[in-house]
Amino acid sequence: MENRILMQGNHAVGEGGLQGGCQAYFGYPITPQNELTQYMAKRMVEERKVFIQAESELAAINMVFGASLVGARAMTTSSSPGISLKQEGISYMVGCELPGVIVNIQRGGPGLGNIAGAQGDYFQATRGGGHGDYYLIVLAPDSVQEMYDLTREAFDLADKYRNPVIVLADGILGQMLEPVKIVKKNPMSNFSAKKDWILDGCKGRKPRMVRSLLMGEGVLEEHNLKLGKKYERMRKSEVRVETDNLEDAEVALVGYGISARICKEAMEIARQKGIKVGLVRPITLWPFPEKVIAENVDRLKAFLVIEMSLGQMVEDVRLATNGKCPVYFYGRTGGGIPEVDVIVERIEKILK
Amino acid sequence: MREEIIMAGFGGQGIMFAGTLLAHAAMEEGLNVTYFPSYGAEMRGGTANCTVIISDENIGSPVVTNPSALLAMNESSLEKFSSKVKKDGLIIVNSSLLKKEIKINDVEILKIPATELAEKLGDNKVANMVILGAYINRSKVVSLERTMDSLKKVLGEGRKNLLKLNREALKKGEENR
Repeated sequence: MENRILMQGNHAVGEGGLQGGCQAYFGYPITPQNELTQYMAKRMVEERKVFIQAESELAAINMVFGASLVGARAMTTSSSPGISLKQEGISYMVGCELPGVIVNIQRGGPGLGNIAGAQGDYFQATRGGGHGDYYLIVLAPDSVQEMYDLTREAFDLADKYRNPVIVLADGILGQMLEPVKIVKKNPMSNFSAKKDWILDGCKGRKPRMVRSLLMGEGVLEEHNLKLGKKYERMRKSEVRVETDNLEDAEVALVGYGISARICKEAMEIARQKGIKVGLVRPITLWPFPEKVIAENVDRLKAFLVIEMSLGQMVEDVRLATNGKCPVYFYGRTGGGIPEVDVIVERIEKILK
Repeated sequence: MREEIIMAGFGGQGIMFAGTLLAHAAMEEGLNVTYFPSYGAEMRGGTANCTVIISDENIGSPVVTNPSALLAMNESSLEKFSSKVKKDGLIIVNSSLLKKEIKINDVEILKIPATELAEKLGDNKVANMVILGAYINRSKVVSLERTMDSLKKVLGEGRKNLLKLNREALKKGEENR
């Protein structure tokens, strides 16, 4: 039998980070991701790497900034309110073209909200989040296995584009235990080998400068256009999506993360009842897999988007359909979990 | 095959431990499994519960509203969850901590004096293993041997000294079905 270990989602993120070559972790406690910081406190020290419990979320993201600036693979993790606090630092990192991995184990909001799993930070994650004109790759795991795999891969993506990457999970995925297959690869990819922009002392070479303050006439526009080309490359190369049963489907469910698992359950039950239901699960929330949605608008009778929010990703689905196919929504908010029975009922109602 | 188990009791009764152990044994049986704890403000004396789903098919949400089995370690847990158990489901209750008579329709109820049995073994803290042993015997979802093996792994090197007592308690529960 394949070698599986039973692992908590939060721990899987930590281990994935380590296997992705994380050299420095900076955290600050918040439920439901405390086990992650706790795990790193032990594992980073075991691996003789840097672990700091920062004095605040702001300090943690700025430590990631600093570590990245000297060429280290660095990560910080938090949950929704803490991620809001990090947004200034993330914006600066994008402006300075600094890679780094930020993990959001989402909880209920707005404000301090509650500690239940939720998906209310989709807009924040996929629209930049901080001030300015930018995007980040956003990865959305739907299992403990993917918590591990995607966090590991996030480090490569961050270095590849010199841009921060967000892993967007939630409290349920963070807290649950599931069997995981640990795949170990050489974490240091080619991208990290040639960081010719880091500030590691200029003895014997020309000084370098990394900054986001670009005051000269037209300098910032030129810089942003350059970044824009980078976002275009991400859009072209990094879209990831899982689809199932779309060939004969009349209705496609669209969900990410923990909601996608609920969609899969609903799809199976509907199929047993003879209702033709398919699934679209975005794995990258940005870039959004709009192509697979657009390709299916003529064949499908409707899309039904399932989220643990008042409706955020549903806007991207509507944009992708471009008005050519009806888009329905069912969501729960504030820690509520969409119910399989309700999803099946909605599908039946749509097809009536 | 699909089993949805909610295990509940006081914080400190080893609810999370028993749930993790069951999940581990199910994984070793080659099945799909999820474990989801209540988390946050739980502490010793408060309430704690966890949900374990075991299936030979893919598992969607690790959270269930209506479990097929409830393992209730005290009266308040029984009151909280008993009405949610599915029709023809199973409730195993720690009758040592039960004062009221219980009557729930369309559900099989198994009373195990887990705390008393654990005390006889030398420590009331292993009442969780007694209840789990009874569940394993009744459900046959994992084997006792597999659970015994998993116990060693879940306890780990640091708590090796507790292995014997926990194994005895599992066996005791398994016999007291």
